[in-house]
This record gives sequence, C-alpha cells and structure tokens, in this order.
Amino acid sequence: MTIESFFAMRGYAFYVWTAYGICGVVLVINVLMPLRQRLSFLQELARKQQRQQL
Amino acid sequence: MKFIPDPIGKFFHRMASPPHFYALAGQMIPWLTGIFLVLLGYGLFAGLYLAPTDYQQGDSYRIIYIHVPSAWMSLFIYIVMALAGAIGLIWRIKLAEIMAISSASVGASFTFIALVTGSLWGKPMWGTWWVWDARLTSELILLFLYLGVMGLYNAIDDKRTASKAVAILALVGVVNIPIIHYSVEWWNTLHQGPTVTKMDKPSIHISMLIPLLTMAVAFKFYYVIAVLQRARLELLQRERTSAWVKKLVMEQSK
Repeated sequence: MTIESFFAMRGYAFYVWTAYGICGVVLVINVLMPLRQRLSFLQELARKQQRQQL
Repeated sequence: MKFIPDPIGKFFHRMASPPHFYALAGQMIPWLTGIFLVLLGYGLFAGLYLAPTDYQQGDSYRIIYIHVPSAWMSLFIYIVMALAGAIGLIWRIKLAEIMAISSASVGASFTFIALVTGSLWGKPMWGTWWVWDARLTSELILLFLYLGVMGLYNAIDDKRTASKAVAILALVGVVNIPIIHYSVEWWNTLHQGPTVTKMDKPSIHISMLIPLLTMAVAFKFYYVIAVLQRARLELLQRERTSAWVKKLVMEQSK
C-alpha cells in the first residue's frame, strides 16, 4: 500500500480523517485544559501568599 | 464490629487523604500516559493500516476504532460517575465527590466523540448525518445528562451541596444506560446491532477485533489520566485554604 492510497482511504478520506481529527482534538483539549488551569491556579495562590507575607 | 480488615481500611483512608491523593496522582500520570501512548500507537497502526478493508463498507468502517470505544466509554464513565456520586452522597467522602464531577467532562467528551464519529460514519453508509432513532436519541440524552451535571455543579457555589445535587441527578440518569445499550434490540433502528458484546461469538473477524479492543483499553487509560488531571485541579480549588495546599505552594515558589 502506498502512502497516497493509505490517506485516500478508498474514497472515504474525508469521513475517516475528520472523525479521527475531531476525536484527537477533543481528547488533547481534555487533558491540557485542566493542566493549564491548575498551573495558573498554583501561580495565583503563590502570588497571594507572597502578598500576605510582605 | 469490623467489616474491613485494617490494612485495606488504612489504604483507603490514606488514598482518600487529599494531599496524598494529589501527590500520588501526579506521580502516576506520566506512567499512565506512557502506557496509553503505546496502546494508542499500536491501536491506530493496527486499525488504520494492518486491519483489512471491510467487504461491504470499504474503508469507512475504520471509524469503528474510535466510535465504538468512545461509545463504550460514554456508558462506562457514566456508571463510574453515578457510583462515585452515590459513595459521596452516603459516606460524604470528599474524594468520591471530586471523582464524580471530574468524570463528567471526560464522559461528555466521549459522548460527543461517539455522536460526531457516528454521524461521520452514518453519512456515507446510511446516507444521512442524523436520524431520530432510539440509539442515537438516547445517546444524545446522555450528552445532555453530562452537560446537566456540569452545569448544575457550576451553578451552586457551595461545592459540597453542589456535589449532593449532582449525585442525585447522575443517579436518576442511570435509567438511560440500559436504554442506550438495549435500544438496538428493543426498537427497529438504522443503527446496527451489537457485534462484539453478544452472548455467542462476536461477529467481527479477529484481525479487526484486536485493534478495536486495543483502542478500548487505550481509552480506559486515557480516562484515568484525564480524570486524575481534572481531579487534581478540582481538589486544589476546593482545598485552597487548607494547610497542605499552603505548604505545597510555599515549596513550589521557593
């Protein structure tokens, strides 16, 4: 099987790759969002604590 | 009278302690991610490349490798969420409440993926993106249940009260789970019947079954990773004024 025919999916390229693409995007967002939110929340808490110590 | 032997009781007690859980989850996530990526890599390679083309559906059937595992996860996570909610409701275990609400967004995502990939599969095979049949409609209701749980939780400021409300909603919604599962048998629908979870032999060839099951296990690992990630955030927000969070922040800002 050539690379072209692999990506062509026998004419179903649009449906197959859109499905996999959307799935990938949703799953990545789902772990990155809480991770980023937690890190920024920790920074916010650190700033508050520093202000209290001054 | 003791129902639970001491070492097991101690283990659960330690696990349910927020600082211990927070640290342990942080240590586990990299390992779980490693296993997940290996399974995902193999599952995608086997599903998209190794597995043969379907004699009826051509290559469009390859959507099965994300559609079916997502649909399974959407039901599985709902049951976990309702159970965790019930445990939180009865024993008032904070960590159970956090696991319940952290499961909601992951479950909603899998339900969304199941619906969208199903639609992208339905268009070339059935000739329509959507039909209001039993399977599709009950799965859509599941999405609304998840969104309802998330919305209700965010609408109530006191998170312990919010968790109670959410647990009750989740438990009521459990009725929908058997409806989704049996919908293809109880009603005439466009959606095909079960191919894997049948009593007799699965009507799917082994070369297609292996990537499907690999993806299903990979998605289970993904769920654990995502739920732990969200639970850590949730825990930190709830316990922001507690001594252990203060200590954690102090150690990190050094």
